[in-house]
Amino acid sequence: MSIFSLFRKKTSAPLARERLQVLLAHERASAGSDLVAVLREEILAVIAKHVQVDADRVQVTMDRDEHVSVLEIEVEIPLPSAMKAA
Amino acid sequence: MGKVIVVTSGKGGVGKTTSTAALGAALAQRNEKVVVVDFDVGLRNLDLVMGAERRVVYDMVNVIQGDAKLPQALIRDKRLETLFLLPASQTRDKDHLTAEGVERIINELKKYFDWIICDSPAGIERGATLAMRHADMAVVVTNPEVSSVRDSDRIIGLLDAKTLKAERGERMEKHLLLTRYDANRAERGDMLKVDDVLEILSIPLIGIIPESMDVLKASNVGAPVTLADARSAPAMAYFDAARRLAGETLPITIPGDKRGFLGKIFGRKAA
Ligand SMILES: Nc1ncnc2c1ncn2[C@@H]1O[C@H](COP(=O)(O)OP(=O)(O)OP(=O)(O)O)[C@@H](O)[C@H]1O
Ligand SMILES: [Mg+2]
Repeated sequence: MSIFSLFRKKTSAPLARERLQVLLAHERASAGSDLVAVLREEILAVIAKHVQVDADRVQVTMDRDEHVSVLEIEVEIPLPSAMKAA
Repeated sequence: MGKVIVVTSGKGGVGKTTSTAALGAALAQRNEKVVVVDFDVGLRNLDLVMGAERRVVYDMVNVIQGDAKLPQALIRDKRLETLFLLPASQTRDKDHLTAEGVERIINELKKYFDWIICDSPAGIERGATLAMRHADMAVVVTNPEVSSVRDSDRIIGLLDAKTLKAERGERMEKHLLLTRYDANRAERGDMLKVDDVLEILSIPLIGIIPESMDVLKASNVGAPVTLADARSAPAMAYFDAARRLAGETLPITIPGDKRGFLGKIFGRKAA
């Protein structure tokens, strides 16, 4: 590393990588959008039978790995105390 | 039975045709029977890169429509006995490339050749999906650049959905071929790193081809780079990729990484 690199602008590749990761996560989810949407609705219905959840707090995404696709389900369940406070 | 490989990318101009010719000639130099098939109807270029443009008489559409027999349309390479080309039609409409016709031709080629390498057109339309339809294996050609990586991701999705293999519930073998890799730009941090692309696309790497004038020179003289200048850096990278395609395991070297102390000092000026 030379002294000049201290004055150089930040490199651009890390930003490219970050933008791609965000974009592709989104595009992969919408490519199989029918399936993901159906799953999301049904999962939400099952959970709602047992706990109170906000529909906006349920995230279903499909991600791809080398050998398998990974279905990621993230459900935010508020604590009982938070519900009382709300 | 021959193995069918599709060379595909989504994005245009990333090096599919260059790679098809280079890999085909590399495999043929191992004495295996190889046919490279141009699926780019209306924009054929594989004949030019292979140096066979003046020998095209019949093309794939002629065979599909019964105007010619398959052996009449196949062009044998002047330098390599075991290398053949099946040209695309330059004048006809893409619609003449029917799914049934393509299936018939691929099945026949599989009987006579060890490798059938299909050069896909850019895009995600019918031409591209027909080229990948019968593949046993895919080579996804990607440049270390955002739009190419994004389009490759799209193509990987199609390979897993629209191919015969996928429809039968089998796994499509996919390999990443990173082309036009520029070691100096990578060192400066202004090009996506190999690891970044691999992590994002999650398919195994089959080779890294450096950006090189030798590729341009080879296409000028009408020879695959693995024939024009077998000792050049891109040719050696393609030879290694071909060996990996054939099932060998070799360590992958990142172009420019092997530069020693002097290389590091003088490399910038030399490039
Ligand atoms: N490693 C490389 N170094 C330098 N130039 C390259 C390299 N690979 C490909 N090229 C050049 O890039 C251009 C496009 O290559 P090529 O025709 O193989 O791409 P393609 O993906 O087949 O394009 P299309 O999508 O239009 O069919 C050509 O001019 C070729 O010489
Ligand atoms: Mg091409």
